[in-house]
Amino acid sequence: MKALFANKKLRADLILIAALLLLAGILFLALNHGRQEGGVVVVRVNGAEVERHSLSLSGTFPLNGGSNILVIQNGQAWLSEANCPDHICVRQGKIHYTGQVITCLPNRLTVTVEGGESDGVDFVVG
Amino acid sequence: MKTKKVTVMAMCIALAMILSYLESLIPSPGIPGVKLGLANLAVIFALYKLGWKEAVGVSLLRVLLVSLLFGHAASLMYSAAGAVLSLLGMILLRRFDKLSCVFVSVSGGVLHNVGQILMAWVLMGSNVVFYLPVLILSGTVAGVVIGVVAALLVKRTDIGERKQF
Repeated sequence: MKALFANKKLRADLILIAALLLLAGILFLALNHGRQEGGVVVVRVNGAEVERHSLSLSGTFPLNGGSNILVIQNGQAWLSEANCPDHICVRQGKIHYTGQVITCLPNRLTVTVEGGESDGVDFVVG
Repeated sequence: MKTKKVTVMAMCIALAMILSYLESLIPSPGIPGVKLGLANLAVIFALYKLGWKEAVGVSLLRVLLVSLLFGHAASLMYSAAGAVLSLLGMILLRRFDKLSCVFVSVSGGVLHNVGQILMAWVLMGSNVVFYLPVLILSGTVAGVVIGVVAALLVKRTDIGERKQF
């Protein structure tokens, strides 16, 4: 009887794990569906857009008063420096597909790749 | 609350803090929010051995103290959001005797990550949902590991058994 209960528990565990893995897989496919090379990177602080830059132009941009340094080169964007203790945003690497995000939690900053071309005037620093 | 219960609870908080510190020494894989959640061991232990109120105390005090000691200004909000959602789920699921420690732990791990994403959504906008699939995956894997260890701990220790209070 005890073994039976143990098996029932195990079965519930396995069903939960399978359901969660399935959910993660479906969400991954849904979020990455139709992803393509992006055109612009949009920088947001506290959820509000502060600047956008074309991915086709290279440059180095200090963000958020210099808390993070954004680099755009060869159609890819990444954060090269950050003043936060964990530097997770720097380690997130390079992004170029639409929807991809780099997040800096301590500075409440996100860098998102979006489709289309930049409509504003881009300036190149450095 | 008897003295022994207070003592065991204090020990759980101390353990949770040490486990949080140990975990901070492990380099991050480069995705925000992906972690093992070692401190959840102490929370699950308290939940099974002491009761739900004590588990809430262990979890929330640990979040507050660890954020003050090792965290940055924003980490408190993300951790608190994750901890509250995770606690609600684990306390609820703990009530069902047919569900195992691993079930409770996996649910807690995933809910913690979902709570963090919700807080990040509020603070930084909806584009952070991009991280949700990988955080559900990492929460599940971490939850299994922590759940298996927690089940052993709960089974093998007689500290904090209800009959002793």
